[in-house]
Formats: sequence, C-alpha cells, structure tokens
Amino acid sequence: MGWFEKKAEKAKIPPAQALWQVCPRCRSYVAKDEWKANNCICPACGYHGRLGARARIAQLADEGTFAEVFREVSYSDHLDFHDATGPYKTKVDSTIAKTGETESVVMGTAEMGGVPVMLGVMDFSFMGGSLGTGTGERIARACEQAIAERRPLVICSASGGARMHEGILSLMQMAKTSAAVGRVKEAGLPYISVLTDPTTGGVSASFAMLGDINITEPKALIGFAGRRVIENTIHQKLPPDFQTAEYLKAHGFIDKIVERKDLKPFIVKMLRYFGFEGLRV
Amino acid sequence: MATRKKIENVTAMDRVKLARDPKRPHMMDFVSRICSDFEELHGDRLVNDDRGLICGFATIDDAKGALKVLMIGHHKGATVEENMEANFGMANPDGYRKAMRLAKLAEKFRLPIVTFVDTPGAYPGDTAEARGQAEAIAKSLEFFSLLKTPIVVVVTGEGGSGGALAIAVGDRILMLENAVYSVISPEGCAGILWRDGAQAPAAAEALKITAADLKRLGAIDEIVKEPAGGAQKSHAAVAASVKKAVVAALRELEGVPLDELVAKRYAKFRAMGNFY
Repeated sequence: MGWFEKKAEKAKIPPAQALWQVCPRCRSYVAKDEWKANNCICPACGYHGRLGARARIAQLADEGTFAEVFREVSYSDHLDFHDATGPYKTKVDSTIAKTGETESVVMGTAEMGGVPVMLGVMDFSFMGGSLGTGTGERIARACEQAIAERRPLVICSASGGARMHEGILSLMQMAKTSAAVGRVKEAGLPYISVLTDPTTGGVSASFAMLGDINITEPKALIGFAGRRVIENTIHQKLPPDFQTAEYLKAHGFIDKIVERKDLKPFIVKMLRYFGFEGLRV
Repeated sequence: MATRKKIENVTAMDRVKLARDPKRPHMMDFVSRICSDFEELHGDRLVNDDRGLICGFATIDDAKGALKVLMIGHHKGATVEENMEANFGMANPDGYRKAMRLAKLAEKFRLPIVTFVDTPGAYPGDTAEARGQAEAIAKSLEFFSLLKTPIVVVVTGEGGSGGALAIAVGDRILMLENAVYSVISPEGCAGILWRDGAQAPAAAEALKITAADLKRLGAIDEIVKEPAGGAQKSHAAVAASVKKAVVAALRELEGVPLDELVAKRYAKFRAMGNFY
C-alpha cells in the first residue's frame, strides 16, 4: 500500500470521534467499544483514562454497600455569575440534567473489603470536576461523619481546580477541605487519596495532596499550574512526562502508582495494615 | 457585559490596578513602620531560602507594651534586582515550607503570627512543580488550620489564589480597602470564560474580588481604610491603620484558650460557602 492510499484511508476516520477514542497520551486511535471494554485504559500505552464517578464507585465499593449521602448539597450561584457564554446557573443546570449528578463529587458510605469507609469520587464530567462550595461542603461533611463513625476516608479526585464561577468562596473550599481532612488524620483515622487523571490546580493544592497515602493511576496528569502557563513563565517547552503520575512519583509526592484493577485490593491492604480488619473478613 | 454597581465610583479593575501599584507599601514597608525590631530568619531546612516569602520575629510596641510576634509575608521587592530575586512575590514551595517551619517554632514559644498577603499567585514554574507546589500549598492549609497559636492575616495588595490562601488561614482576616482577593486573576478568568484576556474588567466585576465584596461574602472580617487615592499616597498613614487593626486583633485573641482558638478557626472556614 502506497503512502497516498494510507492517507486516503486515514481521512475516512469520522472527525466527530463518534467511533474512536484518541488516547490523550500516545494519540493512538482506539475503537470506543474497545476503550470501554478495556476499562477506559489505552491498550497501546497503558494510560488510565477518565472514569465516571458511578463506574469508579462500582469498582471500589463492595457490591451493594454504597449509600449516597449529601445529594441535596448542590451548587450555589451566590454571585449571580454571568460570563461571555451566559449565566453560570444555566450551564450548571444543564450539566445536572446531562450527568444526573448534583455536584462534582459523589459521596457516600460504603464497605471496602468489609471495612466501613466514607467514599468520595469526583466526576470530571461535572463542570470539569471543579471545586465549588457544594463540593467543599460535601467533603467537609464526609470528614465529620468519618470521624463520628470511625470510618477511614477514601477520596478519588479528578478536577481542573477551583470553580471560578463561585468566586472567592470556591477558593475558601481549599482551606475548608484541607482543614477537614486534617481533622480526620488527627482523629487517628486513615485518609487515602487517589489522584486520578486529571488532578490539578486548587484540588491538587488542597485535600487531594494530603492523603496519609497518596496513590495514582498510570500516566495520570497531576500538577498545580497548567502546562501553558508554566511554558509562558519559563519561556521553555516542557518535556512530555512533565506532571505525569510517573513524574510526581519520581519527585516524591506519590506513594505508589496503582493500576485500576489493583486499586481496590491495594486500598483494602493499606486499611488492613492500619488495623481495619472489616466486618466479614 | 453590563458594568455593575460601582462602589464610590471605583471599579473592581481600578482596585486591581491600585493593588498592583509598585508604589503601594509592601511587606517590608509595613514591617519597618509597624515594628520596633525585625529579625529575618532564612530557609526551609530542605533545599532553599525562597525570597518570595519573608519570615522573621518582630516586636510591635503599643501603649500596653511590646508584642512579640512571627511575621510572615510575600515579598515583592523594591528594586528590579529584588523583584527578580523575589519572583515578584510569587513564592516557591520552599517559601511555604519555611513559613511552616517558623510557624511551628512560634507555636512552641507561644508567639502569635501576623501574615501579610500580597502575591499574584504561587510561582508557576517547572522547578516549583518539581519540588511540589501543590503539596506545599495543601500542607500549609492543613497546617495553619491546626496550629495552636493566634494568627492575624492582613491582605495588603493582591490576594492571588492558592498562593495567597496558603498564608491566609487565620483567626482574624483583615483586608486593605483597595486590596483584591480572588480565586483567579481577572485576566486568567477572562481568558478562560470570555476567551479574551481583554475582558478582564468584566471578569473582575463578576468575580467579586474587592474588600467590600469579600466582607459581604464572609470571607474576611474587617476592612482597613486607606488614605484618599490609595495606600501609595501615604505609607505612614496606612501603616498606622494596619498597626492599630493588627494590635487590636492580637489583643483580642491573646486570652483565648488555644483549643478554643483552633476550634473557632475551623468553624470560621467551615462556615464559608455553606449555603446548604
């Protein structure tokens, strides 16, 4: 097959990416069905793609044990925020309608390996997983419930950072959630933080980085500032592995990179080391 | 976009410009006017002495006697060389770790802490990422929320996002009249939500970043008045007002039992944005 034929063949790929998932790490085209069947993991490079909150909960919680809490805590439009594309309220209401979620973190009680835990999972498809007042409130309440009921805390983060539509009070959720997880740790309970792709900005710079154990999945993007902002600051191109899970681990900020299939057994193992044997071992 | 109600005919973007005015008093201007003694201490005992954040023990004299405190503040520098050295007030992880190291020492010897917040944001550089900018800020937020000594925060200029908040978890949050404090810079917000950095004035209005806005939202406790035209018109006058407000806050906090102090500090931030 000549190079011109190859080119013609490539042009047939539907541009809307209806059938194909392009791996954001290695740019391989993977059939959407194959991507999903492979648990949203790139078969070519092993990048662990984004997973919705419900799918991740199903993989982490013991079957039938997850009971959602604080669903009534949703967003707040206390600034009556409008930008060039319209009101924040319209945007977030349509996200709620589309995703069926009412905030960017789904929180609940669950059992993991028989251990009663507080489990929170962020969903990047809800406003980029941004940290709004509702998100912060859910996390703070979860921390307080964890302390009251002596449950270990497990939070999986996936977020672009603070939600600017909620202004200064979204920034304050960084302080609120950090203080709250700090109290969980002070109470002698373990906090296991799973930083999934992507965890950046105000979420990486608050509760996500504060785990007693910080773990992540292969090739996840984790960082504080955005790549472009940094490149503009230092006037240099950054290497491709910059701000990856592997980079973070090499620099000492991650305890372990764990493949998706091993996440639950790893977390349960840590809980056992910390003395949580569970109800029905 | 419709421009919203103007306060005293000064727009939010006007205040952003005032807050960034190089002639505005900075950390060391306040220290030299408020303190009778200041002894800077250096380094995080790990890798570096960040110049974007300055820490030192200081003495503030007032009618009731001398108050010994730890001062922590962003440092922008007065000359071009100092600006460069201090990264224009953008602290590195090492700066936040130095602040925590010395704050622990302040707690040990029962000294209260005063912080001066004035930064465009934490330094967004590759070296800062490599040394864990996110971890350093996160750790600071947790650390100061648990620290058993009084903390008075003064937002004096730019309160730039997480880099500002990292030294702004305290028991009393004061803010100068023309200072701004925001989750993102107006330019950054306009670039993302308006797809046009030139829409920064609209973003500045929408984000509600002025002292009056923050007071209304419950993110700060008290506004410190500035001389007409702004703090840069009279460093002496604004320093006197800051000193008065800081001393009053410290005197108020000095008798509070430490467990109660920390519980109240948690409750203060816990209540922020709880509409539910």
